[in-house]
Amino acid sequence: MCLSPNQSPAARLLRTLAVMLIVLGWGDAASASQPPEFADAVRAIRAVGPEGRGNADATEAWRVLAAGDATNLTAVLEAMDGANDFAVNWLRAAFDSIVGRTLDAGRSAPVADLGLFVLDTRHNPRARRLGFDLMARLDAATANKLLAGMLNDPALELRCDAVQKVIDQADQSLSSSNAAGATLLYQQALNASRDVDQIDHISKKLEGLGRPVDSLKLFGFLTQWRIIAPFDNTGKKGFDTAFPPEQQIDFAQECDGKTNKVKWRDYVVSDKFGKVDMNDAYGKLKEVTAYAATEFVSDRDQSVELRLGTGNSWKVWLNGKLLFGRDEYHYDSEIDQYSMPAQLQRGPNTILVKICQNELKEDWTVDWDFQLRVTDSLGDPIPSAAIAKAATPATNPQ
Amino acid sequence: MNPSLFIALILLTGPSLRAADWPQFRGPSCNGVSDEAGVPATLDTNKLAWKADLPGRGLSSPIIIGDRVFVTCCSGPKEQTLHVVCFRASDGAKLWERRFWATGRTVCQSKTCVAAPTPASDGKYIVAIFSSNDAVCLDMDGNLIWYRGLGRDYPNASNSLGMASSLLISDGVVVAEVESESDSFTAGLDLATGVNRWKLDRPRKSNWTSPILLKTGVKDDAVLLSTMGAAAIDAATGKLLWADTNAYSAIPSIATSGDLLFVPIRHGMMALQLGLPGEQPRQLWQTLQLHAGTASPVAVGEKVFVLNDTGVLSCAAAATGERLWQLRLKGPFSATPIIVGHFVYCVNESGVAQVVDFSKPEGQVANELELGETILSTPSISGGAIYFRSDAHLWKFGKTSG
Repeated sequence: MCLSPNQSPAARLLRTLAVMLIVLGWGDAASASQPPEFADAVRAIRAVGPEGRGNADATEAWRVLAAGDATNLTAVLEAMDGANDFAVNWLRAAFDSIVGRTLDAGRSAPVADLGLFVLDTRHNPRARRLGFDLMARLDAATANKLLAGMLNDPALELRCDAVQKVIDQADQSLSSSNAAGATLLYQQALNASRDVDQIDHISKKLEGLGRPVDSLKLFGFLTQWRIIAPFDNTGKKGFDTAFPPEQQIDFAQECDGKTNKVKWRDYVVSDKFGKVDMNDAYGKLKEVTAYAATEFVSDRDQSVELRLGTGNSWKVWLNGKLLFGRDEYHYDSEIDQYSMPAQLQRGPNTILVKICQNELKEDWTVDWDFQLRVTDSLGDPIPSAAIAKAATPATNPQ
Repeated sequence: MNPSLFIALILLTGPSLRAADWPQFRGPSCNGVSDEAGVPATLDTNKLAWKADLPGRGLSSPIIIGDRVFVTCCSGPKEQTLHVVCFRASDGAKLWERRFWATGRTVCQSKTCVAAPTPASDGKYIVAIFSSNDAVCLDMDGNLIWYRGLGRDYPNASNSLGMASSLLISDGVVVAEVESESDSFTAGLDLATGVNRWKLDRPRKSNWTSPILLKTGVKDDAVLLSTMGAAAIDAATGKLLWADTNAYSAIPSIATSGDLLFVPIRHGMMALQLGLPGEQPRQLWQTLQLHAGTASPVAVGEKVFVLNDTGVLSCAAAATGERLWQLRLKGPFSATPIIVGHFVYCVNESGVAQVVDFSKPEGQVANELELGETILSTPSISGGAIYFRSDAHLWKFGKTSG
């Protein structure tokens, strides 16, 4: 079963239930044919956590897992279902250790079992990737055929490889002057890709073929904003200063800015990559702070990611709750530079962005902007159900 | 060197290390100087012992423990796959490889990559860290000892250009310098478990320099550099021993010779002379004539060498900072030079290795070898051989055994 990220609510529910079953039933599934020490070892490894928690116990447990043979490989992958990222890395190292020892000894691994694990999209995406890589080493031809069916795979690394195959085919078509074929293949790759570098490559090719890509729509950058500036950022103190918009969002309110009274105004993004450009709105100011607010309407309660790109110092709030902030200037800016897990509530949600500009005068310190989109965990843009431009949000930042 | 002082530069940092080991960035003395015999003074393809494929990019240096060479790499979408690879030094055979998924941010400026910091070893364990601030400890056979996601534990301690500070190990403590504008700390991680033994707040400034270890009496001091000053800490406890407020460089690291520290400043170089243990060093000289670019300076005996951004190698008197000669090499350079005997080994970003004989009055390029690939990594020396690594290959020139 291959579930597209654009699945129906029923399919989403089915997938959620399936994952729950895998997680809850992991112990039985993974250890059914394993000795008790295997299950104990997996339990110890899955208990590792932040700040090195559980590391001491996991060290010995890891040796138990890594001492297994190739028949344990699928069970090690299954143990990744529902495990935290640290535990997944412990398990990956055990997997690699078994694989290395097995292949060095000239033995093989259960290709069919691995393949079946890979095809079951309910499993941990990274575990599936790991299984696929081993399968590809053992049976490259079959793996290659399977990859063709993974264009919409929820495992992003598998999807990325599948998309790359299509891109390569499109490049070949283009080099053999088959423009129509290349266009179709690039478009197919574009529809499936969630990788920014791949999308950039495809977009350039399609543009060269006379079919420019609407990046704004493709990425789903938020375009309707209300902005207010400039507030002070002398000595970079603005980052930690709670100016009025952080205390209360009142679009009708006029408040004290850096030098004069300031008030909210509309801003509609025109940049093809969704940049809310404060220089465009206020001129090239230095040592200033701006805020941008938008209302995002969700058709249901849902977990999402807020993905931000900026080279400025920033903070982001959702419904008054600070999600994250970084006090760093002009080091880099790229699409999806920061991903923040967030919980949308059904109905209107207020997103507030604070964006600070520093004092430097060099050419590379001019940018004062950001781009933001709401996505699912795979990077699929989630559109706002409606945009209420003038509505005053009920929730204020804290 | 002042004989009345108790301070000596540390030569070995772990109980299981051998004299020929190269256990960390710039070798056993953190100084880029080797007293190995038999390292080829003439680099040519006849001296190639072996060349091995690497699974991904890296600016980190190889480290060598006994007959094992360890290299870190990164690969895959957003460089999120982290590799630690072990080769047999004698024949280049790959012995094992461990891969991990980054748990911290992998955003980097395109010239650098996630596998920028060099790992460290005490001779029994190897600890690797990456730009994502993922840290992993393995034993010599690739058994996983612990894993830390410092980027997950402290998510604001990151840099959108990438992190690069290399690790040190001292007496059961891993010193990890994780310094950036938004959050900044240096931590002492327990070598056995990876948990914090200590964590020291550091100036919130971007910092790509690597710490060095000094042996003062019976313990090790780690000297940390930043644009807000230098600080010496007890590596075992994190206790601050001394600090100054000079504006040092954020990229090239300290070089040492005897009781002198050669510290890059923004447009020049400062020499500090160490005092009694715990005492703040005194400034010996400062000059704008010696400007280190990305590469760190290197010093031996009475001389200090500095490569600037345009590829000019300067040699100066260690005692005074007086420039003795300059030699234009084929640049530019990211890799720090390494000294063996009276030769300075420099490899530029295009992969042209240049061996400079500094016994000649004005310095002289003794020979060159084109490796044909981009090299930003500092070479390593062990067992009468020199190792270079690119994004795709690891080369060993010199002896084929050990």
